[in-house]
Amino acid sequence: MEVKKAAMAGTLESSDAQVTVEPGNGTIELSIESSVIHQFGKQIKATILETLGRLDVTSAKVKVVDKGALDCTLKARVECAVYRSNDITENLPWGGVIK
Amino acid sequence: MINAVGRDIPEEVLKATGKKVFEGAYAYDNYEYTKAAPTVHAVCDPKRSKLVENIHEALVKCGIKDGMTISFHHHFREGDYIVNMVMEEIHNMGIKGITICASSLGKAHDPIVPMIEDGTIVGIQSSGVRGKIGEAISTGKLRDLAIMRSHGGRVRAIESGEVHIDIAFIGAPTCDEYGNMKANGGKSDCGVLSYAVVDAEYADKVVAITDCLVPFPNVPASISMVHVDYVCVVDAIGNPAKIATGAAKPTTDVRKIMMADYCTQFVINTPYFKEGFSYQTGVGGASIASTISLGKIMEERGIHMGLGLGGITTPMCNLLAKGLIRTLVDTQDFDMGAIESIKTNPNHIEITASEYANPFNKGAYVNKLDFVILASLEVDTNFNCNVVVGSDGMITGAQGGHPDTAAGAKCTIVIAPLLQGRIPAICSNVTTVTTPGETVDVVITDYGIAINPRRQDLIECMKDVKLPFKTIEELRDMAYAMVGEPDPVQFGDRVVGIIEARDGTIIDVVREIKEYEFKD
Repeated sequence: MEVKKAAMAGTLESSDAQVTVEPGNGTIELSIESSVIHQFGKQIKATILETLGRLDVTSAKVKVVDKGALDCTLKARVECAVYRSNDITENLPWGGVIK
Repeated sequence: MINAVGRDIPEEVLKATGKKVFEGAYAYDNYEYTKAAPTVHAVCDPKRSKLVENIHEALVKCGIKDGMTISFHHHFREGDYIVNMVMEEIHNMGIKGITICASSLGKAHDPIVPMIEDGTIVGIQSSGVRGKIGEAISTGKLRDLAIMRSHGGRVRAIESGEVHIDIAFIGAPTCDEYGNMKANGGKSDCGVLSYAVVDAEYADKVVAITDCLVPFPNVPASISMVHVDYVCVVDAIGNPAKIATGAAKPTTDVRKIMMADYCTQFVINTPYFKEGFSYQTGVGGASIASTISLGKIMEERGIHMGLGLGGITTPMCNLLAKGLIRTLVDTQDFDMGAIESIKTNPNHIEITASEYANPFNKGAYVNKLDFVILASLEVDTNFNCNVVVGSDGMITGAQGGHPDTAAGAKCTIVIAPLLQGRIPAICSNVTTVTTPGETVDVVITDYGIAINPRRQDLIECMKDVKLPFKTIEELRDMAYAMVGEPDPVQFGDRVVGIIEARDGTIIDVVREIKEYEFKD
C-alpha cells in the first residue's frame, strides 16, 4: 500500500499512541517517542515495522508518540493511519483480514 | 560484590562509602555500637535571647560554612516552605558544598535544583525524592552519591554518627521564644513533629522556624527548648492547603476496591486477626478502602485493634473514634482529619521516628506490628519491592517506612495492580531493590494473590480460603502475556545513588540514566 498523503490516527491519552504517516522517499523513516521506551522500545519498533510490512508499506515517514499502548493498539493505529492516507475510511478490513 | 538480594554492589562504591553489602534483614540484631554526640553550646545566661531577626542571622550565628550538612523534616509535605527559604538564603550567601539530610523531599522543593547544578548543594540524603530533584540525581547532576534511607534507617544513621548534622532547621507550627515546639495550634499545623526529634537531639545547632510565636512555655512540647539554639519567626512556614488535604474520598475504582476486599479477606483469615491486633496501612486508594472494609468486620465480630500505627489518615481516626482502636500511634499525618484527631483524642499519640522504626534502638513500634499493608511500584518474583526508582529508571519515590514496617510486621501485605498502563508491577527483577523479599509475605493484585513460599504457615492457613491464589511467577507470566516482557532500563555506568538498607548496608545502587538507544 502506498502512503499517498499525510494522515494520523490515535490520541495522546494514556495507553494509546498517536501515529502519523507521510509519503516517504523510498524507505521507512521511523521515529518513536514513548513513555515506556526503556522497557518496550524494541517491541514497539518491531510491532510498527511488522504492521507496515503486512500493509506492504515500503516508503513512508512514520512518527509514533506512544503513551504505553499495547501492541494491539499500536497495530490498529498504524493500520488506521495508512488507510486514512489512502482515503479509505469505510469498510476497513479490521479483524485480521490483513495478516 | 553480590549482596543478599542478588544485587552487585560495585567495589568502588563500597570503598568510597565505607559501607558493607546487605546481608539480610536481621543480620544486625544485637549489634553493639556507641552513639554519636553533638557538640553543643550552653545557654546559662538568662539574659541571652534565642530570637533571631531572620534566616540570614540564624545562619550567621550558627556559623554556616562551605561543606556543612544541614537537615530538614517533611511534615509539611508538599506545602513546605522551609527548605526553599533556608536554601535560598544559603545560596545568596554564596555558601557551597552543602549536604542536605532531610527526612524526605518532594516536588515542593523543585526550586533547589539550580543549586544542585551550581554546586551549592553537593549531597542529598533523604527517604526519597520526587519531581525535578529526582531527575537531577538520575541524570548525574549531584556531585556526591545520593543516599536513600528509610525513616528508621535515617534515625539510625544520625544516632550512630554515620551522618553528622551541623545545623538542623525545624519548622514548627507553634514555638515560644525559648524554642519549645509544637505541631499544632498555629496556622500551619502538621499534627506531629516525629521525624524532627532526632535532628534536634543530634545536630550541633538547632534552629526553630515558626510563623506562630506563642507565650512561654509552649507545653507539652514535641521538641523541647533544651535542644534549641535559635528561634526565627517568619511570615509563613508552609501552605496549609498542601500540608494537609481533606480526607481522600473513598475510592470508586472497582479494581482497587476488589484488591482491598482480597486484602481484608486475607487479613481476617490469618491467626493474627484477633482481639488486640496491631495494624498499619498507607494512603493509597486500595489501602484506605481495605481499612474501611476491615473496620466493618471488626465491628461485626467485636474485634478491636490494640495498636494502629504509622502515617495516619482519617479512616484510621474514624475507627479510633468508634472505639475500634485502643491506641493510635502517629509519626505523620496525611490529612486534616488525622490532625484534628491528634488534637482532640487522648488515645491518639505522637511518637518519635526512632520509636516508630529505628532498627538500632532497643525495640521500635514496627517490631510489634501484626499487619502492614503497603503499596509498591514493582515487586519481583523474589518478592523484592521497589518504591524509589520508576520503571523508567528515574528516581521518583521514597522508602518512607516501607522497609521498616515490612521487616517488623508478622504479616506484610503489598497491594499492587498487576499493570500500570503497559508497565507490569510484577516482574522478574525490580529496577532497584528497596525492600528485601524475605520481609514481604503476600502480594495482592487485581489478577490474583501470591504468598511468599517462605511463609508455608500462611499458605497452610489459606488452603480452604476462597481467594484467587497464584504463584508469584504465574502473576508475572499473566502480566507479560498481556504487555510483553519488558527490557531492563539502559543505565549508564556511573552510580548516582545508593539505597541503604535499614541497618546501613547497601541493598542496591541507582545508576545514571541514559538516553534510550535502539539496538539493531
